[in-house]
Amino acid sequence: MKVFSFKGGIHPPERKDYTAHLPLEKAKDPEVVTIPLQQHIGAPCEALVEVGDIVKVGQKIGQAGGFVSAPIHASVSGTVKEIAMKPAVNGKVLSVVIESDGKNEVHESVLKKGSIENLSGDEIKEIIKEAGIVGMGGATFPTHVKLSPPPDKTIDTVILNGAECEPYLTADHRLMLEHPSEVVGGLKAIMKALNVTSGIIGIENNKPDAIEVMQKAVGNDENIQIVVLQTKYPQGGEKQLIDACTGRIVPSGALPMEVGVVVNNIGTAYQIHQSIETGMPLIERVTTLSGGILQNPKNLWVKIGTPVHALVQQCGGLKEPVGKIIMGGPMTGMAVSTDKIPITKGSSGVVFFNREEGTIPEPENCIRCSACVDICPVYLQPLYISAYSLIDNIDMAEKYHPMDCIECGACSYICPSKRPLLQSIRIAKGEIQARNRK
Amino acid sequence: MSDRLIVSSSPHLREDTSIQKIMVDVAIALIPATIASVYFFKAPAAMILLISIISCLVTEIVVQKIRKMPVTIHDGSALVTGMLLALNLPATVPLWLPVVGSVFAIGIVKQLFGGVGQNFMNPALAARIMLTISYADRMTGWVEPGVDAVSTATPLTYVKDFTAVQEGAPSFVDLLIGNVGGSMGETSALLLIIGGIYLVYRGVISVRIPGVYILTVAIATLLYSGFDVQYMTFHLLSGSLMIGAIYMATDYASTPVTPRGRIYFALGCGILTATIRLFGGYAEGVGFSILLMNTMVPIIDRYTAPKVFGEVKKQNA
Repeated sequence: MKVFSFKGGIHPPERKDYTAHLPLEKAKDPEVVTIPLQQHIGAPCEALVEVGDIVKVGQKIGQAGGFVSAPIHASVSGTVKEIAMKPAVNGKVLSVVIESDGKNEVHESVLKKGSIENLSGDEIKEIIKEAGIVGMGGATFPTHVKLSPPPDKTIDTVILNGAECEPYLTADHRLMLEHPSEVVGGLKAIMKALNVTSGIIGIENNKPDAIEVMQKAVGNDENIQIVVLQTKYPQGGEKQLIDACTGRIVPSGALPMEVGVVVNNIGTAYQIHQSIETGMPLIERVTTLSGGILQNPKNLWVKIGTPVHALVQQCGGLKEPVGKIIMGGPMTGMAVSTDKIPITKGSSGVVFFNREEGTIPEPENCIRCSACVDICPVYLQPLYISAYSLIDNIDMAEKYHPMDCIECGACSYICPSKRPLLQSIRIAKGEIQARNRK
Repeated sequence: MSDRLIVSSSPHLREDTSIQKIMVDVAIALIPATIASVYFFKAPAAMILLISIISCLVTEIVVQKIRKMPVTIHDGSALVTGMLLALNLPATVPLWLPVVGSVFAIGIVKQLFGGVGQNFMNPALAARIMLTISYADRMTGWVEPGVDAVSTATPLTYVKDFTAVQEGAPSFVDLLIGNVGGSMGETSALLLIIGGIYLVYRGVISVRIPGVYILTVAIATLLYSGFDVQYMTFHLLSGSLMIGAIYMATDYASTPVTPRGRIYFALGCGILTATIRLFGGYAEGVGFSILLMNTMVPIIDRYTAPKVFGEVKKQNA
């Protein structure tokens, strides 16, 4: 079988054996959910409920704050206890705290919307928008915006990202194995919304079972193609994936639509199918809970707003004290300061490290080994951007194209001197952005 | 949760490598040639090795103490410099000479410029050239392998100013195993190549720099001699070409970081070496060539920067 890939990249330990073989399980219903009113890139939502209100499952509780925004829905039925600033992945965010009544009463608005065959593209887009669907791989960009390209851009291909190149994470892998037809259905809906006839599902070759199952689910639909990808990080990076699947190179600073492509995550496609077929908005997702210190790692269906500590309990607790909690995968995920953080729409996984695993080694001198240059998937020279960034010479740093950095972290990973490469590149990017805004 | 959680910027994984591991690999790669140097040149060779390594380590400690910086001899780079320096000396040098060389290599070329990774020239090689210029007669006191220290010429004399290998030259077998006159560690081409294969296998160096370097010298000597393969092979196996191409032209700090840059760097080393050997006043040109190219690295890096993914020509509005 021909295997496709991109140039550069690294091979971090996969560590997917903890959960790759474990079927999806329903998480225990949370007693209290904390639902942030901003779980996406774009404007925060306005609360539609007040303290004391009774809400039902699927009821809209946050109104989108603009076009680039996505509504928020209640994931349990019960009483609104509090609307206040609460810790979330992206800092303190205005959140709706709901105490569950344990009944999971479904809101009247949750009705089957029709079938993908009968709905028009615009209707599908509207359903996606109302269901609050965002990029569920972690980027959390509102999906309906992605599906609304400006009229001067022609889209001809939709790619589903089944690479799941982050270590530990197996959420998309299990979704493909257990719900292949739903995923393909979601892809068809996206293709219809964009009026394109070419769909691609890219899957890394460390998931041969998923490749087989998806191939079967696609059947002899000639419009959809499974592309087998080399297992390499960051194979699921948007521009790398497009390069591997289509050979098209997204220009520097441009979006995938520039080359006629829209990329969506496996979980997103599944959710689109579900929201059309059942009318249920995005209130639940698959999250991989993993790490060597977790008693029983699991792939769980988790209600949005469930706190991390409740999930740890269901995984049998921890074998030793936790040193670091990472929301997302260990390459791009965010280390958080508390286990009260709720699962949100972008939480593909939560990884638990002990203190030793979580400690970043002390940096030594750069020895110019050029490993970072050799592996950078966007062909930057991280050592120079970092060196200038660290002495606050942003003008010189800018000459080395930091704005093209996709923040995959491969440079920091590979560095024998453990230099804070990505961290200092981020600083340079931030400074440049701040300066450009002036 | 009693303990505070660690919060840091992603990524949260690091590859299991370090400067120390890389340097240990280089030291391992040098072991065959080091053992051979002691085998061929006996006790003096062992003494020079020992003194060279110790003075490199001591110099590093002293300089870092004076500069009130953390002592980093555990990273192994001073050890490698000590080994390389010793292997670059004839076995007949007085024992104070490696001390002078070590102080220059570590104190001046390496630490004054900021320590490991910041040296703009290969420290061991810079020291060798400094010693060659300052103590020319002592640095060319070549002897035949063995206990008797019979003085001899280096193999390169048999090709210097000739277009064919001259009568009386050592055999290829002797050149390969190192049974010839020369610096302690550069005599056995075979053992140096074995160490080089180990480094490529371990991913410490890429075959590109030594490959292009050696190939360039091969082509130049082939053309010069009118396609005399024997002449070319003699050039490749003699002098410091192997130790230079495999162990010194691949020094991270003093070579380009861009993939294309490394090719140009190696090409430059090869052309300069061939020019000095074939047309210059010295029989050997490896040391000078690499040092000269070391100084070219910033400019090579600047003009060989890789094109960024999806880079587009900026159109001025």
